[in-house]
Amino acid sequence: MITLENLSKSYGKLQVLNNISAQFNAGQVVSIIGPNGSGKTTMIKCLLGMVLPDSGRIMVDGAPVIKQWEYRSKIGYMPQISRFPENMKVEQLFKMMRDIRKSNKVLDEELIGQYNIPAMFQKSLGSLSGGNKQKVSAALACLFNTEILVLDEPTAGLDPLSSEILKTKILKEKNKGKLILISSHIMSEIDEVADDIFCLVDGNFRFYQSIESIKEITQEARLGKAIAKMMAV
Amino acid sequence: MNKIIKYVLYDILRSRTIIGYTAFLFLMSFGLFNLESDPTKAVLSLLNVVLLIVPLISIIFGTIHFYNSTEFIELLVSQPINRRKIFLSEYLGVALSLAMAFVVGVGVPAMLFNPGPTSIYLVTSGVFLSFIFTSLAFLASVLTRDKAKGIGIALMLWFYFSLLYDGIVMFILFYFADYPLDNATLLLLSLNPIDLGRVLVLLNIDVSALMGYTGALYKSFFGNWVGIALAFGLMVIWVMVPLFFAQRKFVKKDL
Repeated sequence: MITLENLSKSYGKLQVLNNISAQFNAGQVVSIIGPNGSGKTTMIKCLLGMVLPDSGRIMVDGAPVIKQWEYRSKIGYMPQISRFPENMKVEQLFKMMRDIRKSNKVLDEELIGQYNIPAMFQKSLGSLSGGNKQKVSAALACLFNTEILVLDEPTAGLDPLSSEILKTKILKEKNKGKLILISSHIMSEIDEVADDIFCLVDGNFRFYQSIESIKEITQEARLGKAIAKMMAV
Repeated sequence: MNKIIKYVLYDILRSRTIIGYTAFLFLMSFGLFNLESDPTKAVLSLLNVVLLIVPLISIIFGTIHFYNSTEFIELLVSQPINRRKIFLSEYLGVALSLAMAFVVGVGVPAMLFNPGPTSIYLVTSGVFLSFIFTSLAFLASVLTRDKAKGIGIALMLWFYFSLLYDGIVMFILFYFADYPLDNATLLLLSLNPIDLGRVLVLLNIDVSALMGYTGALYKSFFGNWVGIALAFGLMVIWVMVPLFFAQRKFVKKDL
């Protein structure tokens, strides 16, 4: 569904992504991991066209997408830090997004209900707490029933109950045959929801394997330890 | 695209700056027309204030608005919308609201107290200046991520076009006074949109006689339809060129 071919990006002298290639398929939950500053967010932003790569190609459903925009209707995106227009009300935001995307698919309002977002409809986005902003952001990402979900550190800042709701949601969407990309640092969570792990270190590709095979290779039952062993190699 | 403009306009109206700006222009025009017994003189005074205020407000408001819309733009960029469309909608939203403020604040009193071509030229020049300086504001905003720097660049641009440029022109005219400068002055004029606006209005008032030989030259050049069309054509170029470069930069920008 998504193919990255020799993707490279540098900010000045800093090489953020170095010749990254990968293939992600429908029905897969891929967790993108790596130390801070390893290029996870940049890779995700390249995929969304928010950052233009210096070289390489990105294909979604077989079509090249760099400098295109229509393909984004297939992607629901939850950014790492949710930034919304400060003086817009939550309800207006949802109305506006619906208006802009005018998707003819059935809207998926499950998270809106579960997070009780209608209770904050009259609040302005600037006055919401970080966690509540994340909830709004998660609900927006899922709203349009897109074939691809890209979640950048989705549970950072969410309370345990809300993260649980989100994880259940991710598994549910996976069973519908969607492709879900998650960047995260929380190994226990990755272990619960993801099938495969894509690891980046300093902008370089490290490994891309299924969780089972990682555990098998390293002979560790806990993913955290297994990853630590993989990284040490 | 209309939808995004709608949300941009909505956001601008919420901030109330534009309403204040409209009220200020309206009170000023109304006051000037009431103070002066001769409406032509009032238009002249109005012109001088307008040529200073409109570019300043347009460029500062445009820059601040662009930086304050960073979140909105980031949100839209991850949606299935063309980046060029996002940029142009932001631009049109800001430029149209500034132009509307000008039409209501200056155009209405001018047409009431002094109906005629002079007022029409005044309003048209003001509207063009709003579009031109918003365009320059957006160029300043995409050049740097730093809001303070962006506003700095915007202020420098305003300072250059409003004050510095005339000084340079005076210097050139004085220094090369022994040479024929007729065509050179026409060229220099077209390099500053504020001067273009000024000449267009002045030529419709009889004070152009006071401008001596240069005035006569302007009159012969801008006094007919070809000259006027050329002047407005130049104004359009002044809108398009900065906007084109700003848009090109914005489309390639990493957000």
